[in-house]
Amino acid sequence: MLTLTCPYCGLQADETELHGGGEAHLTRFGPDSSDDEFEAYLFLRQNPRGVHAERWRHVYGCGKWFHALRDTTTLQVFGTYPAQTLTPPADLLKAAGVEPAA
Amino acid sequence: MSTRLATGGRLIDCTHTTRFTFNGHAMTGLAGDTLASALLANDQMLVGRSFKYHRPRGIVASGPEEPNALVGLGKGRFFEPNQRTTTTPLRDGASLTSQNHWPSLEADIGALNQILAPGLTAGFYYKTFMHPRPFWKHVFEPFIRQSAGLGKAPTEKDGDVYEHLYAHCDLLIVGGGVAGLQAALAAGTSGARVLLVEQTGHWGGRAPVDGAQIDGQPADDWVAAAVADLEALPNVTLKRHTQGSGVYDHGYVLATELPPDHVPGSDTARARLWKIRAKQVLVATGAIERPLSFAGNDIPGVMLAGAVRDYVVNWAISPGARTVIVTNNDDAYRTALTLLDAGQEVPVIVDAREAAQSALIDQARVRGVRILTGTAIAKVKGGKRVTGVALCAMNTGGSAVTEIIDCEAVAMSGGWSPAVHLFSHCGGKLYWDDARAMFRPDPARLPTGHDGQPFVRTAGAANGHFDTGAILHDAVAATQAALKLDRAPIAPSQAQDPAEGPIAPIWVMPAQARYELRSKMWLDFQNDVKVSDVQLAAREGYESVEHTKRYTTLGMATDQGKLSNINGLAVLSEALDKPIPEVGTTTFRPPYTPVPMGAIAGEARDAAFQPLRRTPMHEWHATHGAHWEPVGHWRRPYCYLRAGESIDEAVHREVKNTRQALGFLDASTLGKIIVKGPDAGRFLDMLYTNMMSSLKPGKCRYGLMCTENGFLTDDGVVARIDDDTFLCHTTTGGADRIHAHMEDWLQCEWWDWKVYTANVTEQYAQIAVVGPNARKLLDKLGGMDVSNAALPFMGWIDGTLGGFPVRVYRISFSGELSFEVRVVAGQGRALWDRMMELGLHLGGMPYGTEALHIMRAEKGFIMIGDETDGTVIPQDLGLGWAISKKKTDYLGKRAQQRAHMVDPNRWQLVGLETLDGTVLPDGAYAVGTGDNAHGQRKTIGRVTSTYMSPTLGRSIAMGLVEHGPDRMGEVIQFATTSGMTIDTRIVSPVFFDPEGEKLNA
Repeated sequence: MLTLTCPYCGLQADETELHGGGEAHLTRFGPDSSDDEFEAYLFLRQNPRGVHAERWRHVYGCGKWFHALRDTTTLQVFGTYPAQTLTPPADLLKAAGVEPAA
Repeated sequence: MSTRLATGGRLIDCTHTTRFTFNGHAMTGLAGDTLASALLANDQMLVGRSFKYHRPRGIVASGPEEPNALVGLGKGRFFEPNQRTTTTPLRDGASLTSQNHWPSLEADIGALNQILAPGLTAGFYYKTFMHPRPFWKHVFEPFIRQSAGLGKAPTEKDGDVYEHLYAHCDLLIVGGGVAGLQAALAAGTSGARVLLVEQTGHWGGRAPVDGAQIDGQPADDWVAAAVADLEALPNVTLKRHTQGSGVYDHGYVLATELPPDHVPGSDTARARLWKIRAKQVLVATGAIERPLSFAGNDIPGVMLAGAVRDYVVNWAISPGARTVIVTNNDDAYRTALTLLDAGQEVPVIVDAREAAQSALIDQARVRGVRILTGTAIAKVKGGKRVTGVALCAMNTGGSAVTEIIDCEAVAMSGGWSPAVHLFSHCGGKLYWDDARAMFRPDPARLPTGHDGQPFVRTAGAANGHFDTGAILHDAVAATQAALKLDRAPIAPSQAQDPAEGPIAPIWVMPAQARYELRSKMWLDFQNDVKVSDVQLAAREGYESVEHTKRYTTLGMATDQGKLSNINGLAVLSEALDKPIPEVGTTTFRPPYTPVPMGAIAGEARDAAFQPLRRTPMHEWHATHGAHWEPVGHWRRPYCYLRAGESIDEAVHREVKNTRQALGFLDASTLGKIIVKGPDAGRFLDMLYTNMMSSLKPGKCRYGLMCTENGFLTDDGVVARIDDDTFLCHTTTGGADRIHAHMEDWLQCEWWDWKVYTANVTEQYAQIAVVGPNARKLLDKLGGMDVSNAALPFMGWIDGTLGGFPVRVYRISFSGELSFEVRVVAGQGRALWDRMMELGLHLGGMPYGTEALHIMRAEKGFIMIGDETDGTVIPQDLGLGWAISKKKTDYLGKRAQQRAHMVDPNRWQLVGLETLDGTVLPDGAYAVGTGDNAHGQRKTIGRVTSTYMSPTLGRSIAMGLVEHGPDRMGEVIQFATTSGMTIDTRIVSPVFFDPEGEKLNA
C-alpha cells in the first residue's frame, strides 16, 4: 500500500486515504477539437513503465486534488505538488532523472 | 512407535494434562503441547491422507512449513479446516478431524488412486478432460468437485470475534530467534521505536534446541536475559503468537496474531490482523529444512531431522525408538546426538556424501554411531508407518540393495533454505550460493520504499548464516544498516558452534534412481508431486519454473511449497540441464501462511460491515412497518406494510392514495450541494447540459449531468437561491460522487474560477407532500401562502410552516401537485410528525420508494440507474429539450458529437405495452431478425423499467429500442428466460396525465 504526502496537509497518507485519478497534466479538448484530438484526450494514456505524473485526491483528508511524480515499477515517489500546475516541477523531474519537456 | 519420553521437554508442563479428541477418539496431551506433539505423544503417526493419491501421511515438520498434518479443528460455528497441527497450540477439549479420506482415515477408498497413479501424472486433468465436451459438465466436473479441495469448508457462520489493529514503528523485526532478539537489543539501545514479532509462543527459535552456547551460557539463559532486557526498554514492543504475514509497498506489513488462550465463542478476539507501517523491516525468520528425495519419503514416520530434534527437546517426544538419519549435510548429526542423549537408538546415519569429516561429525562418531558415507536410502519400507529402510550405494540406480535396517522413524535433512519469503514479497531479489546450495537475499538488490532507499533487510539464518556467532554478528550489522547508524549501538554477543563440513547438493537419492523409485519420491507432499512428475513436465517442454509449478501443482496450496520449492526447481534444473539460478524460483507472494478469513474481515461484519446512514425520520419509518430498501448507505422504506398486507398490496395502496388524496415521502436522502461564487452560474453551465446561468433566483430547473464521455451520470432539480448561489439536488446515490465530480473540475481544470461547493445533504431533512390534497396540508400547517400564484410550478420560497422555518420547492416527480419541504435536520422528525398528524384528516399516508418509482414511470420520467447504465446519452432518452443549443461547451458535448452518438439507429426511449397485459420481465431483450457478428440472435432493444400500474390497472414499461421513437405503434417481441416471447407495442412513455393538468393544479 502506497503512501503519498499531501502537499496541503503535509501528511504522509496511506493509499486508503487517497483516491487515484490517473494521468496528470492532460489538456482538455472540447467541442471544436478533431476526432483524433478528442480521442487522445479522452482515452489515450501513456501508462509508462517508469516515471509517471499522476492525479491523486486526499479524499478522506482535506479533499484536495494533488499530483505525484512516481515510478510505477519501483514505486519510488519523487514528490507531490499542487494540482494547479501544468507540468511537473523541474526539481522533481531532475530527481526522477527525466528531462523536462521543451 | 512415537512416545512421550519420561524426562525433558522445555516447552511442556507435565503437571497439567489436556484432553482432546482425534476423529472422536479421546486422547490426552500436556500443557505446552502443539496439536502435532500431542498426536505424536499418542502414537498417532497417521494424521491424514494426501490430496491426490490419498496416501497415508504423517507429521513431517514442527513449524509452519508442515504440508501434511492439517486437521479440521473445532465444531459447528467454531470449525476451521486446514489447521496446521505443528503450529496450533493444544487447547483443553479440542476436537480434531483428519482430512482427505472416505469413509475413514484408516480405510480410505480414494487410496485406490495410488493404484491408478501411473495414469495420474502431471497435467492429468489437462490431458484427460478435454473430450468429449459434454462429458465435462456431466461427468468430469461433478467428479472433480466431489474430490477437490483441501479440507471441508465450514457450513455455519463463524462464531468468533476478530480484530484489526494498527502499529507504527521505526524498525519492525520479524522473528524472535536469537537473530531477532540480538537485533532488537541493538535497535532498542539506539532509541529507535522497535516492534518485534514472533510467530510461536516462545523466544529463541532453534538456538536452544540446537544446543548453542552464547556468551558462555546455554542459549535458553541468554534468551531469557535478552527478553528481560528488552521488556525493560520502553521503546521496544514484544509480541508473541504473531506472524509476519506479508510485506507490502512503502513499509506496510500485515501480521497475524493468534492468541493461544482464546476460548471459542468468547468475546475476545480469536485472531488479530495487525496493520503495521514500519520505516524499516528486518526479516529474521530463520531457515526451513529441505526434505531429501528418496522412494517412500512420504511414509508416516519420515520426518525432517530438525523437526525430530524439536520434538525431542521441546516436547519430550521420540518419533520412534530406532531412528535412521539420512543427510547430505552436517546439521542432521545434531539430531543423532539429541536422540542419543534422550536414550533413543540411532542404528545408522546414512550420509550421501563421499566423505564426512568435521568437528560436529566427530561428536557423533565418538558416541559410536555407525556412519555410512556415499550411501543412499533406496526405499523406505512400510505403509501407514515406517518399518525400515533399504540402503544402496549413492551413485547407483538403486537396484542393488546393500542392507535392510529395521527402524520406526527416519530423520532426513537435505540442507536448509533461508526463509526469504517476507524479503521477497516486496521485490527483494535472491542469488544462488552454489557452495552452500541455497538461495540467499542479494544485499545489492533489497526492496526499496517511497524514497528509493532499501527498507527490508534480512538477518541471521534468513540471510544465509547458520553459525550462531555469525548470526549474532549479522543481526547487529543489519540493524545498524537499517537504522543508518554510524557505528554499531552494541557489540554482538559471542558464540562458537562446532565447525561443520560442506553440504553436498543432493537432489535425488540414489543419484541414478530408476523410474520406479523416482515415481515414489515426493517433492511436494501436500499436492502429491513427485520427482517423476517434474521430470515429465521438463520432457514435455515446460522450461519456466512458473509454468512447471502450474502444470504439476508443485508448491501450491496452503504450504505454498515451503518444503518443495527448492527441491522441485533443482530437479527441474537437472532435467533441463540448466544451472539452478537460470531456472530461478517461483514468486513468493503474501501471506506467508494462510490468514483466517475472519481476521481479514476483522470487525467489518453484520451491522459494522459498512456505515448505515439514517435520515432524521428513520426511527419513525422503522416503527411504522417500513420494508427497507438499501440505497447507497441509506435505508429507505420500499413501502410501509400494514397488518396482513403483502408488499405488492402496500405499494399499490400507497400509489392510489397519493394519486387520489395525499402522500408523504421522506426525500432527505436526495443529494443537496450548494454551489456558490461569482462564477457559479458559469460553472454549472459547464456541468449541466442545460443553461443554468439564466435561471432566475426563486426558480428551479431540472438538469442533466454528463461525464466527459457524454453519458448521462446524474439528474436533479437545481434551485437558484441568489445571484451567486445555487442549490443542486442529486440522486440519493449520487450526492458524494457528484460533489467529488464538481471538486475535480473546479480544482484541476477551472481552478481560477471563483466557486465553492458544499455537500449539505445531511444538514437538511426534506419531505415531499404529494397529491390533490398537498396544498390543503400546507395550508393546515399554516404560515405561508403556497397558492399557485405565490408559488407556481418550478418555484421555491422560504417561510414558516406551522412554526418551522422551511424552504418549499414546488417540484414534482410523480405528476401530482407536489411540494418538497426542507427543514434543518434537527427539526425533520418534528415536522414529519406534525404532517402525519394533520394529514390524517386529509387521507394522508407515507409512501415508499417503490410507489415513487411507479408514479414516475407512469409519467415517463427517467430514473438514473434504470434508464441509464453508463452507455446512454440524454439524446437517447428524449431529453433533447434539456440540452442547451446555445452553449458552446459543456461536459460531454464534444463526446455527444462522435459518430456513434449521432447514429440514428441508437436505442432510444419508448413506452412499451404488452398486448396480453402481462408485466414484461425487467431487463428483457427485444429480438430482431438474423444473427449478429457472434452468431447470436440480434437484439433491438431492452426493458429498462417495468411495473403493474395501479393507477391505470394494467402493465406499463419503458425501454430502449433501436430508433424506437420512429416506430410508434409497431409490435415487437421481447424474449423471456422460458423461451417464450411477449408481443409488445411501442407507445409514448408518458402513460398518465400527458397534459400535466394535475401537476399544475
